[in-house]
Amino acid sequence: MIFIVSFLVIAMLAAAISAYFFKDLLSAVIASYMVSLIAAVLFYLLQAPDVAIAEASIGAALVTAVFVIAIRRTRRHEE
Amino acid sequence: MRKIIGIILLIIIAWGIIISLQNVPFGTSRSEVADRYINKGVEETGAANIVTSVVVNYRSLDTLGEVTILFLAAIGLGAVLATTIRKEDRDTEKASLILSTGCKFLFPFILLFGAYIFIHGHLTPGGGFQGGAIIASAFLLMYLGCHNEKRINETGIIISESLGGLVFVIIGLIGLAVGTHHFLNNFMPKGEFNTLLSAGIIPIIYIAIGFKVGSELSRIIDQLMEES
Repeated sequence: MIFIVSFLVIAMLAAAISAYFFKDLLSAVIASYMVSLIAAVLFYLLQAPDVAIAEASIGAALVTAVFVIAIRRTRRHEE
Repeated sequence: MRKIIGIILLIIIAWGIIISLQNVPFGTSRSEVADRYINKGVEETGAANIVTSVVVNYRSLDTLGEVTILFLAAIGLGAVLATTIRKEDRDTEKASLILSTGCKFLFPFILLFGAYIFIHGHLTPGGGFQGGAIIASAFLLMYLGCHNEKRINETGIIISESLGGLVFVIIGLIGLAVGTHHFLNNFMPKGEFNTLLSAGIIPIIYIAIGFKVGSELSRIIDQLMEES
């Protein structure tokens, strides 16, 4: 259990840091989506299923969609 | 120079946090209200899900505030997007038959799952906000898979959103007249524990929240997809 949780936390940190460094904004959005998805799994493992459902549906699905639509209407690459 | 000032400020903030946390014993429960919820929650509200009993029974006024914030955010987004000039229609490739058929096939099941989540909010994990978000993601799938083929009925969504808000407030106002005479008190019979018709006003309020959140988020997606 502790190994799974620590692996997930490390993966989450890596995704968060890469979301900061990506110049391609679409990749950055996918990296922040990874953060939300791993957070949802962590909430479930830590026995908070209510929050896990909210995080998976809002953080992972809807926010990512809104970001992708925003990128489509503006520029894809950071200058 | 600015960096040095920043570091000094950070040190002062860290010192303040250390000072204020020194007297707090770690590892012991400091919150008495949490014990009350865990020990008495089931008995007082009749809801099997303690999170729900806190969100919709003990702290239902906060939930009304949250719903209002979401409503204002949706209205603000609509006002911002309504003023932008619509672009010319871009050349969009039509989705393949497999994709659009798959989306149409999955759509009612996702809607059903969202409805299940908020109807069973007092028994199983989840509730109005989660179920509403899942329903909105079903509409998002429909917009992505069947691009510009179908649109949400604008009038229907406004009616369901308004009805959700009205039911929430009216049930709260009925609570002023009966029961313990405060806003949003649980005046209805508790029913048999762990069945669908139990926990008084909690399932009704969660169904109202589910309709309201689902239609608000769906309308946000509708407005965004329309402009792009």
